Amino acid sequence: MSIKERLSGNEAVAIAIKQINPDVMAAFPITPSTEIPQHVSTFIANGEIDTEFIPVESEHSSMSACIGSQAAGARSMTATSSCGLALMFEMLYIAASLRLPITMPVVNRALSGPININADHSDSMGARDAGWIQMYAENAQEAYDNLIQAVRIGEHKDVLLPVMTCQDGFITSHAVENIEILEDEKVKDFVGEYKAEKFLLHKTDNMSMGPYDTSAYYMEHKYQQAVGMENARKAIEDVAADFAAMSGRKYDYIEKYKMDDADFAIVIIGSSAGTAKDAIDELRHEGVKAGLVKIRVYRPFPEQEIADALSGVKVVGIMDKSEGYSNNGGPMGAEVKAALYGNGRNIKAVKFVYGLGGRDVKIESIREVFDNLIEVEKTGNVPAHYQYIGLRR
Amino acid sequence: MKDNEMKNISPNSTYQEMTPAGNIYGSGTSQMFNTGDWRTATPVWAADICKQCLLCFPVCPDSSIPVSDKKRADFDFDHCKGCGICFKVCPFGAITMKDGE
Repeated sequence: MSIKERLSGNEAVAIAIKQINPDVMAAFPITPSTEIPQHVSTFIANGEIDTEFIPVESEHSSMSACIGSQAAGARSMTATSSCGLALMFEMLYIAASLRLPITMPVVNRALSGPININADHSDSMGARDAGWIQMYAENAQEAYDNLIQAVRIGEHKDVLLPVMTCQDGFITSHAVENIEILEDEKVKDFVGEYKAEKFLLHKTDNMSMGPYDTSAYYMEHKYQQAVGMENARKAIEDVAADFAAMSGRKYDYIEKYKMDDADFAIVIIGSSAGTAKDAIDELRHEGVKAGLVKIRVYRPFPEQEIADALSGVKVVGIMDKSEGYSNNGGPMGAEVKAALYGNGRNIKAVKFVYGLGGRDVKIESIREVFDNLIEVEKTGNVPAHYQYIGLRR
Repeated sequence: MKDNEMKNISPNSTYQEMTPAGNIYGSGTSQMFNTGDWRTATPVWAADICKQCLLCFPVCPDSSIPVSDKKRADFDFDHCKGCGICFKVCPFGAITMKDGE
């Protein structure tokens, strides 16, 4: 039987780490993810787990320490947010290209400036092309469940890629919610013991990692990485199936909410999906066929799943919690539109930017989006430019 | 990928034939890399002038002066990059440098 608890997102993730009991945790504090290493170091100090905690002097160092320890053969983790993730930027690529399955909870926070500590996705969206698998949680339960699955996805022998599991800063990381956690033993059995096939501290099989790669070889190594990301698609499905069998909680690349007969839909990531579901319930009550597609796995990008989910809608709104400064909306808007185009779906699509720097996203905010979509359907005019929600002008 | 297959990796290898991330398996594998083909200047050893003082071999950065039974032999030109340190250190003028490979 799972255990009913009430926890914040950060507490839930820290408990998941305690249950996973990684070999190494190297971390540097940054709001709003600080509580994660704080709780984990407390578990270690209390003798509850035997993880080696490395207190480093920066996030560049925390990721570097994880790379070193994972290369040595140790299951390694860290956690970060915003500017901390940005400071890791160089090392994110090294972790992925060395095929080191490090797991990292990211607590999403605006990437300054002006300086701001609240939620948006500008930090992890900036790292979307670093070669990491990216998963996003709507609430503390998903943040907990995603991290436990992430360990097995990244470490799968056909994948061998690092995974970041994201949750929204403060909204999810600090709000206390009802949650079901698993028994320690179940998590331990689920993630198993980490056994790298090749690692630096092997007693007899010597090896070197990270050599200079000339242009005669580099593309082949980058393609190997792309194959790992492709293989992650099946690993994500298989691990989700095993997780469902253990926990009863089912996960997919995307979550569809009232999409079966939807005329109007939004595509969204993270905590605002919860608010959007309430808005959709209201709209449904009023006779509007509204629905939602929530993206859980952003890398690899579930292009086909999104295109299929949206196949029956009249107008879709794609909602980015980050600016892309492309003058054409955020990254998700571009990729979802490309998914529709690539699958030959001629669906009217409007791109929105919302919730930057923790700007409150209310039921009314989501209703404003749907009002926009309904207007597009009435007039047939799709705005050429992307739209801001909640902007004073 | 077996360790002994490392030497089969060449610029003609497919991505499937290459080790993940360019990892190098085994040790002492730098011998397989013929750095000598970078050479733009070449040391020439005059065995008749050489006194076998052995000042040259410890300063060679590429271990390209083979020594056995306390005597040096001619250069290992597969790995000698032609840096000229041996030429500089020889007290007897037994090593000269010529241009090219």
